[in-house]
Amino acid sequence: MTAEGERWVRPTIGERLPPPIEPVGPRAWLRQNLFNGWVSSIVTVVLGSVLIMVGFLIAEWAVTDARWGVVTSNFRLFLIGQYPADEAWRVWLALLIASVLTGVSAASTASRATRTLAAGLAAGQALLGLLAASSDLGPLVGLAIALNAIAVWAVFLGALRFPMSRRVRTIAWIVAVPALFVLLQGIGGPLLRLVPTNLWGGLLLTFLLSVGGIVLSFPFGVLLALGRRSNLPVVRVLSTVYIEIVRGVPLVTILFMAAILLPLLLPGGLRIEHVFRALAGITLFSAAYVAENVRGGLQAIPTGQIEAANAIGLNAIQRNLYIVLPQALRSVIPANVGLFISLLKDTTLVAIAGTGLLELLGIGRAVVAQPAWIGAQIEVYVFISVVFFFLCYAMSQASYRLEEEMGVGKR
Amino acid sequence: MTVAAPAQRATSVPPWRDLRVLRIVAQLVALGLVLLAAYVLWTTLAQNMAAARLSVGFEFLRARAGFDIAQSVIPYSPSDSYGHAFLAGLINTLMVGFVGIVLATILGIFVGVARLSSNWLLNRIASGYVEIMRNTPLLVQLIFIYVVLLQLPTVSNSIALPGSIFLNQRGLFMPRPVADTGYWAWLALILLGVVLAIAGSLFSRSRRERGQPMYRLGRLTLLAMLGLPIVGYVFLQPLTFDMPVQERFNFVGGVVLSPPFVALLLGLIIYTAAFIGEVVRGGIQAVRRGQLEAAYAIGLSPAQTLRLIVFPQALRIIVPPLTSQYLNLAKNSSLAIAVGFPDLFSVTRTMANQTGAPVSVIVLVMSTYLAISLFTSLLMNIYNRRVQVLER
Repeated sequence: MTAEGERWVRPTIGERLPPPIEPVGPRAWLRQNLFNGWVSSIVTVVLGSVLIMVGFLIAEWAVTDARWGVVTSNFRLFLIGQYPADEAWRVWLALLIASVLTGVSAASTASRATRTLAAGLAAGQALLGLLAASSDLGPLVGLAIALNAIAVWAVFLGALRFPMSRRVRTIAWIVAVPALFVLLQGIGGPLLRLVPTNLWGGLLLTFLLSVGGIVLSFPFGVLLALGRRSNLPVVRVLSTVYIEIVRGVPLVTILFMAAILLPLLLPGGLRIEHVFRALAGITLFSAAYVAENVRGGLQAIPTGQIEAANAIGLNAIQRNLYIVLPQALRSVIPANVGLFISLLKDTTLVAIAGTGLLELLGIGRAVVAQPAWIGAQIEVYVFISVVFFFLCYAMSQASYRLEEEMGVGKR
Repeated sequence: MTVAAPAQRATSVPPWRDLRVLRIVAQLVALGLVLLAAYVLWTTLAQNMAAARLSVGFEFLRARAGFDIAQSVIPYSPSDSYGHAFLAGLINTLMVGFVGIVLATILGIFVGVARLSSNWLLNRIASGYVEIMRNTPLLVQLIFIYVVLLQLPTVSNSIALPGSIFLNQRGLFMPRPVADTGYWAWLALILLGVVLAIAGSLFSRSRRERGQPMYRLGRLTLLAMLGLPIVGYVFLQPLTFDMPVQERFNFVGGVVLSPPFVALLLGLIIYTAAFIGEVVRGGIQAVRRGQLEAAYAIGLSPAQTLRLIVFPQALRIIVPPLTSQYLNLAKNSSLAIAVGFPDLFSVTRTMANQTGAPVSVIVLVMSTYLAISLFTSLLMNIYNRRVQVLER
């Protein structure tokens, strides 16, 4: 090679340099993250002082001025509304059953997302028990709810050793949901007195509306999504029109329609409870959104799967049931958790849509009108916001976990 | 093989197994079921409405409304018709929606950028804000803001802000600009500034597209858009101000933003801005790092990189989800009734109770909201197409 003579090799070993100074420790962290240049420093100082000032003001209000008695002396109303106090044990029992089932399922699925949810549930119930103990519900109820929290963990740890099979879990949930409803509503007689749904209120009603809404709207939404992807023009147009109309109007107007129109749509003499009118409105509404989520999942399925199903001679129903839907529905679980969160928040709208129902916010609005607690509005709304925040934040964290897990274990 | 053979086989398939026949039958059955359900529902509805002496039709729109609307952009009095009341509510909704969308976009961009800030404190505050907004119901937030606004001092203890602005329980009182002699000349000057700015940017773009060196017109544009109106304002004196004056029980004169309006607008803005912030953050993060490095490598400044490289590419990703946030804001404005602001839904709820034609009112309000949604998404789709054209 011609470049041979130009090659130069260092004859000696160079002197050893000290290792580069790694910017570690609190001072370096501060410099990098809070005082990185003068703009950043000004932002930090201004924001920091405002934050400290506001935090101090809020803390001072919460500790000295706020009258939290409005929450503790109305705690039963907030939790279960007008549900008779003598029958309240049924609510706590239902809570225990649901918690135990959740704990078992969480441990059996071996998924971090459901564990987050179970941990959130246990922590939430412990907190709830603590609050209940110092409220008008009395220490006994508080203790009972706190025992729920322990039960969740006990069954959770137990089920980690002896996981429940998937089939048993599914059957247990399918049996439990209607059973819990019967337990809460009662069948008459001295043991389970009938508690009409219009007495249900507070957080209990919020849960009934949101869980009921998502469960009932799910099959409807799946059908709509399949309809929208159908190659039959009539079916496709009908589904698309329904979905787009519902997505184009506000939920309040649908709830209002359900409250006024539903009784008029039933043949003479048949009455429909306010709760079921609202539930019907929520179901009609969320079905369109479920459909759009599911459609996303359907579109993500590779064409090869459908071609393979056709190749082995499955018909349209078998293809959807065994090949397409199991994959599509699995992939839209996180999106549907998101939908459930917004549905939970949206149940507050029944308070203003003229349905006459008192869910958590409706109860709050009734409580601030009590003569004994005039002017204690901010306390009530802060409490309601905190309850919603806790519920939604726990679920959204679980949903993030779920998304991560499904991203990793994607088939 | 003959040509006729396949045709022969096709006709031999019995109709109950012929896919073409089945497809038509399935569609007819679906259509028939829907029509049947509609027919059954309609007849029961008609029967029940006749029994309850409720009317169908829209004659009520011409009747006297008789209820008051607390605040309205267009003049309205209780002696006006229901149609007029409906229009007043609609315009209130449109106004809240428009102002809300503009302000929520601006705040949302700030939030999105703050979420990407390298300043830890700013970053944390922005994400805390987003989490709180996303995890509590908008309705609770609206009522909360309204209740807080009502804690403001009474009229006699108003907070006086500089520039004759007063804040109290009854709202925010501000001077109202009134047109004076030079008003039209001033407007013409503003228009001239805008025209000059547009002409400048078109000229600069055409040079860029022809491959000629770009002029840096940014400062000149700014001068035309801001300088002309300011100079004109000083020389023409186009506006005088109607100042709010404190009287015994209330302020007289000026313009007032009532607590319901402020609560609704503020609530919608800070709620939607949290979601828009996430959309903006996602869009900016989706621009590939190589694009940034390439921009710095060819010597663009950070500001130029943001304007010429990052933003146009981020916009393609941002616009579709932004559209759905705009639609959400427009639909969420129907929560106004909770704070007592007379928007479309609030007005129609009163109408449904008074007119005895609830079904017509519901059809009217739902189709109006649907029209607003469709129109908004139409506009955003046009804009989206313009943004997407950038793709090669």
